[in-house]
Amino acid sequence: MPPRFTPKVVTANALLDGDAVWLTEDDHWSPLMSRAELITDEAHADLRLLQAKARASEIAGAYLADARLGADGPEPVHFREAFRTRGPSNYPHGKQVETPPQT
Amino acid sequence: MYVYNDFDETFVRTRVAQFRGQVERRIDGSLTEDEFKPLRLMNGLYLQLHAYMLRVAVPYGTLNPAQMRQLAMIADRWDKGYGHFTTRQNIQYNWPKLGDVPDMLEALADVGMHAIQTSGNTIRNVTADHFAGAAADEIEDPRAIAELLRQWSTDHPEFQFLPRKFKIAVTGAAADRAVTRAHDIGLVVVRNDAGEVGYQVIVGGGLGRTPMVGKVLRDFVSKADLLPYVEAIVSVYNLLGRRDNKYKARIKITLHENGIETIRDLVEDRFNAIRAGFGGYDQTLLAEIEKSFAPPAFVTKATDGYEAARLANPAFRSWTDTNLSAHKAAGYAIVSISIKKHGATPGDATSDQMRVMAELADRYGHGELRISHEQNVILPHVHQSDLPAVYAALRKADLATANIGLASDIIACPGMDYCALATARSIPIAQQIATRFDELKIEHDVGPLKIKISGCINACGHHHVGHIGILGLDRAGVENYQITLGGDGSEMTTIGERAGPGFSADDIVPAIERLVTGYLDLRRDPSETFLQTYRRLGLAPFKTLLYPSEDKADAA
Ligand code: HEM
Ligand code: SF4
Repeated sequence: MPPRFTPKVVTANALLDGDAVWLTEDDHWSPLMSRAELITDEAHADLRLLQAKARASEIAGAYLADARLGADGPEPVHFREAFRTRGPSNYPHGKQVETPPQT
Repeated sequence: MYVYNDFDETFVRTRVAQFRGQVERRIDGSLTEDEFKPLRLMNGLYLQLHAYMLRVAVPYGTLNPAQMRQLAMIADRWDKGYGHFTTRQNIQYNWPKLGDVPDMLEALADVGMHAIQTSGNTIRNVTADHFAGAAADEIEDPRAIAELLRQWSTDHPEFQFLPRKFKIAVTGAAADRAVTRAHDIGLVVVRNDAGEVGYQVIVGGGLGRTPMVGKVLRDFVSKADLLPYVEAIVSVYNLLGRRDNKYKARIKITLHENGIETIRDLVEDRFNAIRAGFGGYDQTLLAEIEKSFAPPAFVTKATDGYEAARLANPAFRSWTDTNLSAHKAAGYAIVSISIKKHGATPGDATSDQMRVMAELADRYGHGELRISHEQNVILPHVHQSDLPAVYAALRKADLATANIGLASDIIACPGMDYCALATARSIPIAQQIATRFDELKIEHDVGPLKIKISGCINACGHHHVGHIGILGLDRAGVENYQITLGGDGSEMTTIGERAGPGFSADDIVPAIERLVTGYLDLRRDPSETFLQTYRRLGLAPFKTLLYPSEDKADAA
């Protein structure tokens, strides 16, 4: 049996300000990971990543990150991805203070 | 200080204009990220975890007050009001917006600065002893040669696509404050038996995943031969260096795989082939450059006010004990301004602090500032009689921490708070260690101690050459910190030894505390430093301090 596929989200940095963003089911880039499309099928994940990469004028550096379903939507599995949902720990900068617009 | 001539000015402005066009084409979608990435990296622009990062070169660590003020202006206008000084004598801005970067570069060009070759497989910013031109123990100011190397290496057509990045460091004194032995090429100013000034040339040092101490390629290269000799080294490396595996691409590996004899012979052959082609032009240029590094007009003044202030004010005395170094001119001192306030982010200065430092350099420092690889700022030429005033101004700006060279003067790379390559955070660990030593009030008793922290194996935080090195790793999805001991970045460069299994983020600070308080019991007397004690006793007693319970288990 092939190993179970760990659910994924497509994530990237917004082209203009570099802020971490996640691909939603309706093809928006959201600054909130909880709005991301949680992908549970490997082939679909690959397809979504290709589609994301094609959107060169919106984002840079798209990749698939492990995620799991939480109370509000997808949540990070790894601490690196958790930092990306907040910002640095040495200053109140980034997402943790710049309340992202509702998308 | 060197001032851009028309050629430099035109070159830098042209690059900004080109980059402006590239950014526009990236934003309108006509360039993909794959196409744009090498272009932005050539101009020092990275993409990190939360934002872009612009890395600006401070060539050989030297700044004038106008440049420092401009760095402050850039921080206020296009970033979040601060900048991060790095181990490679750069300043990094952590929050620029892509569309603003061309304007930032334009503002840098206004004061003769740029971000060119702060990234990519090119010859990077040439770093130097931060006490250059001021140190009492210096043979000659190494910055003139550093500037010559900067001009030669900038946009050098042969060296824009080297197998890997290439870092050069220079020092004018035997005491190595520029970690020359951990660079691709290290140049140390020396005198030969005839008393002539030349360079010892060290190659193949480097940190990263395969740390190596550089080896002497030639004991003496005359000033006239230096540029062709360095070009010969880079040229041999360019052909021989591996391009199949980026982990084996640095010159340290080329040297290791081919042997120093082979490299030396190839370099000599190449040197003999190209030497005549230089035709003395480089020497004419060097003579011009040397003029711009003429020492300032030192003055003679009474110093009794300084002595009286030392007696009267214990806090000032403590600061003078740690933050001053011997100057070559009588009555002068080198001031190291600590950018390591306990609990703050190592190397971060606010725009207000930058302006204060610029002002002090103007009023009391002959208009010179330096950035050190230890992430501090230096006022290289301050008369002792002005020290009380300098200290008072630094205190007001929260810049008077008396900890240079002590446990809390920690080098830390940005780690996972910013860096996309990181495997763990380093800044919070540095903050916690410094805060803890401040609570314990023992760092002055502990004496010289270099703690250096990297957030991944790339070793940007120099952990391999820390007396105590800390490497942040990802162990099964949890931050884990590995300790190395006995490293040294001085003229006796040594790579630290791994002490044993790593520690969790919660356990690393107590582990460091055990090491340091334990050392106080191990040292022969207060004059024996941590590093000397380690060299005398070896790893074993320090291991016992780090892993006390294991020791008991063994005994049981
Ligand atoms: C975007 C952030 C950064 C990236 C992507 C980055 C990348 C790297 C990489 C890949 C290496 C390993 C090179 C090799 O082994 O061949 C390295 C080494 C190094 N970097 Fe960084 N770095 C970053 C930030 C910094 C900072 C902030 C500093 C200064 C504080 C720095 C200074 C160094 C130094 C001193 C080394 C080790 C010396 C050597 O090249 O062997 N880097 N860096
Ligand atoms: S050592 Fe690693 S984590 Fe630290 S700045 Fe370098 S690449 Fe980033």
